[in-house]
Amino acid sequence: MTSYDPTGYDPAGNDPAGYDLAVIGGGPAGMAAAATATRGGLRVALIDAGPGLGGQFWRQPAPNEDATAFGEADAAGYHHDLATFRRLRGEIFRARADARLELFSGHHVWTAACGPGGVRIRAVDKLSEPGRDIERIVSADAVVLAPGAYDRQVPFPGWDLPGVMTAGGLQALLKAGGVAAGPRVAVGGTGPFLLPVAAGLAMAGSHVVGVFEASATTAWTRHAGAALANPGNLAEGAGYAAALARYRVPYRQRSMIVAAHGTEHVESVSVAGLRPDGHVDTASVRTIDVDAVGVGWGFTPSLELPMTLGCEVSDGDDGSLAVVVDADQRSSVAGVYVAGEACGIGGAALAVAEGETAGRTACRDAGLEADPSPAAARTIRRRRRFARAMAVAHPVPPAWQDVLEPSTIVCRCEEVDAEAVDDACRNHGATDARGVKELNRAGMGWCQGRTCGYAVDCLAARAAGIPMTPQPAPRPVAAPLTLGALAADDAGPDH
Amino acid sequence: MSRLTVDGEPLEFRPGQTVGAALMAAGILSWRRTTHRGAPRGLFCGIGVCFDCLVTVDDVPNQRACLTPAREGMRIRTQEGTGHDQL
Repeated sequence: MTSYDPTGYDPAGNDPAGYDLAVIGGGPAGMAAAATATRGGLRVALIDAGPGLGGQFWRQPAPNEDATAFGEADAAGYHHDLATFRRLRGEIFRARADARLELFSGHHVWTAACGPGGVRIRAVDKLSEPGRDIERIVSADAVVLAPGAYDRQVPFPGWDLPGVMTAGGLQALLKAGGVAAGPRVAVGGTGPFLLPVAAGLAMAGSHVVGVFEASATTAWTRHAGAALANPGNLAEGAGYAAALARYRVPYRQRSMIVAAHGTEHVESVSVAGLRPDGHVDTASVRTIDVDAVGVGWGFTPSLELPMTLGCEVSDGDDGSLAVVVDADQRSSVAGVYVAGEACGIGGAALAVAEGETAGRTACRDAGLEADPSPAAARTIRRRRRFARAMAVAHPVPPAWQDVLEPSTIVCRCEEVDAEAVDDACRNHGATDARGVKELNRAGMGWCQGRTCGYAVDCLAARAAGIPMTPQPAPRPVAAPLTLGALAADDAGPDH
Repeated sequence: MSRLTVDGEPLEFRPGQTVGAALMAAGILSWRRTTHRGAPRGLFCGIGVCFDCLVTVDDVPNQRACLTPAREGMRIRTQEGTGHDQL
């Protein structure tokens, strides 16, 4: 239990609007947790930032009645395993119709606190009246956190030019908006996620000039066991590879995008091969004209809410922290369950299995009958093994630090460049992102270091000559809200 | 198709799209200039994490274009710096 309670919630007070369980996050893990918990007999509040369910993996256009709208049917071709999405959504909608579940879409949770009386969640409704934050407080006996993840980024010259996006950003634009970011697109970074991004853009009519993958598929042969135990992943990967071949998209292994060029927007990229030691082969640099770029180096768990609630985190052995959970998805804090990418990056199928497990555990802990599912447990074990193999096969290569120029922006929000980060480390003793931030504001802007934190930790560790270990970055305010929304709230128990 | 305005100019969009998607669909890649260097910015993460795509929506500055659903008649204004100087 945490002793500090920023909401001033009186645990002894009875909240008539309280739920048995709150689920935060409407992606694969949160949808599975909510569906399972309602099936087990709990009354659930499902709180999600998106306009519709699905999270980033099954990201959907905003619901709309207009016949000319960009809708779910248009987006279907860019999705994987929509059958599971529709099954879970159907269950959630039925539960809502029966008043066993309430769905709060477009609600960004900015903080939460827990005590003996349960958990109190504070969210702002950003959907009902755009630009005007309306605060809503939800109380529940327990909570499942399923906050998901976002693209891991490292800086490179020109990455702040318009038209250069994260790989996930390109995908989101396509799935939720029906927009291909440009007629000529380069995709780079590392990991299997680059394949569906490139395939989706090609299907949408973009000319994908290449997928520049820093690793080599030979890295897989060392983990053949994990791959063979997950035939679904192999089939999915083969499907995307076939799509890339059909659209004649070059797939370049051991290569990376080393710079983007342009003035008002990206006009070209430089790409280079990587040597076996992971550094740039400078003789191989060539330039390709493009209108858009998507780069991703795997994903980083969203840990704002788990850390605010005091959940124990540990090094996820892929350069990121992850929440520590037991086999039933219980975190170190009583009444707080965590499922999906926050427990370590592992993909949607793992997230669904963890969400189901968290839902069952919440029922059991509430005194309802819900036996553990051996099938879900098997899926979790198998997929975790697969995820570890992935992390090993797709590291961020050291080359990204080779290509930085002194003027390369590292912190996009505060516009802190590589020279300033280097100065903070070499001349002023900073050894991690927190130390650098205190000297030059890197990581102190709007995004709170979500974008540059990993890179600054790496740069500081290198300057100090120590191994990089991911540092916890508590962010007590998990989503921005206006002071007006706070002022409108009297923090009364029946809000 | 529905319509919003960007700095007073009409822009058609398909309902269901975000403001960011509507701008990108029209070939507009940037709609903000940074505080220190005056550099152009548009969509980067596309999912609400990075805050690069900030834009003024119906006179409210610093709204994330990637999260804001486009609506009929919405008045979008491009931003300079903190977004508060033009109000």
